[in-house]
Amino acid sequence: MKTIKMGINEFNAANYKGSKTFNQWDVQSANATGFGAAADDFMERGIDLNEQLIRNKPATFFMRVNSNAMQNAGISKGDVVIIDRSLKPLSGKVIIANLNGEMLIRRFEKIRNKVRLLPEADKLSPIEIDASCCDFSIWGVVTYVIHVP
Amino acid sequence: MKAIVDCDSFYCSCEKVFKPELKGRPIVVLSNNDGCIISRNVEAKSLGIEMAGPYYQARELIEKNNVAVFSSNYNLYGDMSQRVMAVLKLLAGRDRIEVYSVDESFLDLSHIPTEKLEEFSVEIKATVERWTGIPVSVGIASSKVLCKLANRFSKKNKGVMLLDTDEKITAALKETMVEYVWGVGRRLAIKLKAQNIITAFDLKNVNEEWARKNLGGVVGLRLIKELRGIPCIPMHDPLKVKKMITTSRMFGRKVATIEELREAVASYISRAAEKLRRQYCVAGIIKVFVVTVNNNPKEYAPESLALEVKLPVSTCITPIFLQHALPLVDQLYRPGSMYLKAGIILSDLISENSVQYNLFMEPDSENQKKIMEKMDNINFSMRNDVIKFASSGILRNWRMRQDFISQRYTSRWEELKEVK
Repeated sequence: MKTIKMGINEFNAANYKGSKTFNQWDVQSANATGFGAAADDFMERGIDLNEQLIRNKPATFFMRVNSNAMQNAGISKGDVVIIDRSLKPLSGKVIIANLNGEMLIRRFEKIRNKVRLLPEADKLSPIEIDASCCDFSIWGVVTYVIHVP
Repeated sequence: MKAIVDCDSFYCSCEKVFKPELKGRPIVVLSNNDGCIISRNVEAKSLGIEMAGPYYQARELIEKNNVAVFSSNYNLYGDMSQRVMAVLKLLAGRDRIEVYSVDESFLDLSHIPTEKLEEFSVEIKATVERWTGIPVSVGIASSKVLCKLANRFSKKNKGVMLLDTDEKITAALKETMVEYVWGVGRRLAIKLKAQNIITAFDLKNVNEEWARKNLGGVVGLRLIKELRGIPCIPMHDPLKVKKMITTSRMFGRKVATIEELREAVASYISRAAEKLRRQYCVAGIIKVFVVTVNNNPKEYAPESLALEVKLPVSTCITPIFLQHALPLVDQLYRPGSMYLKAGIILSDLISENSVQYNLFMEPDSENQKKIMEKMDNINFSMRNDVIKFASSGILRNWRMRQDFISQRYTSRWEELKEVK
């Protein structure tokens, strides 16, 4: 899992929320001569975050974290997490879990057949998953965090 | 062979993906304006809540049984539908899918060897459910009608039903009443039963000549052949260009003033024109209709009134539609009447490249087209109709009622699902 650091203002203040398309007319220097013309030859589409952050579009969802349960893993309250439901939840991955009707973000641990949900905060304790006591399923695997520093 | 993949109680399932606390609880989703029940899950069905029944009639049952109620959240359902269809395209192949409705698709599986069909279908089901969270059931058979029939049995068979042998097909046909056969309406079912044609099996065995005469000619004959496993209904081109575009809504409350009526019609025109441009067409005829109801409480008799105008030159430009259609509203309007609904229909659609020139009128100018394109782009990326025509109103008091709407989890930053 990787963390993208981003200023709060850049993230929240952007009022253009759609995806942009790029075409020839966006090259401001297209009609310029001299250096402009040379730069034009190297013009290409800018960095597209979707390309990096979304591997499997139909299986990718965004959610907002509303707790400090994963603070020590660099995921704080208010951050946005990107979830890929198509990935296999391997032990050690950060996951979104359905536990007794609640959606939790925790680190998944599976040792032999013993499953635990580990928080990464000082005051919280791990949750042991016992098939007899709780309704548990894995919603998806967290792939990226959009973190507000 | 072909398959149909059908999402189980689709709208309810979409809500459930983001609300695990609803597990095991009955759920219903209401139509536009919270009028009728348009989706119910298995739990709600078993309570006896009827499909398409008015909400107020089922209200007591709903409240007594703690049924979760949602207004329709089309932003969410549309997005989830696209995801399901995208997975199907990936698994079956881009050219082998016919999206039949928001929650069902036909797949052409002629490239899968017969012995692998079951395995492949199980994989399709598992992948769609894992990736999108939406449960689906799959019916596989040689014709579309038999696929639909197979799908009815799939729920009792772990969600996948393959009708590949004569014995299986016969058993399924015998167990299905004619009214559940795809393409047999309620009225036709009554007529068939009067002729002692009770099950799909009876229907399959009718004489072809009789079918042609009594079941609506070629359509009926096709149905019989499909039941016999002979594919007659082809897979459609996935990108169908619409011949007509309709936008209409019930109002959230009765509307009495001409201003509100004009605003509503203007906003429907904007929406329809946007759809028109999206399929690169122009329209030659615009029709406006309103549904009015008298103020007599004893006698509920809604009445529909319509007027249409043929445009001098086919167009896709919103202001031109507004200019011609708004005067129709003034003509339709009768002071003192209450209005329940309004709508517009664009017809006589042709490709924008084949516009007939009119000697006295210029067709849409490049400038006008560019303005429309910019407007559509901005509205598409920023949503909520950021740019709209003043005639379509600022307040929009007549908009639909949506008292129980859930968040747009997949399309708005402000409405993401929160996790703890």
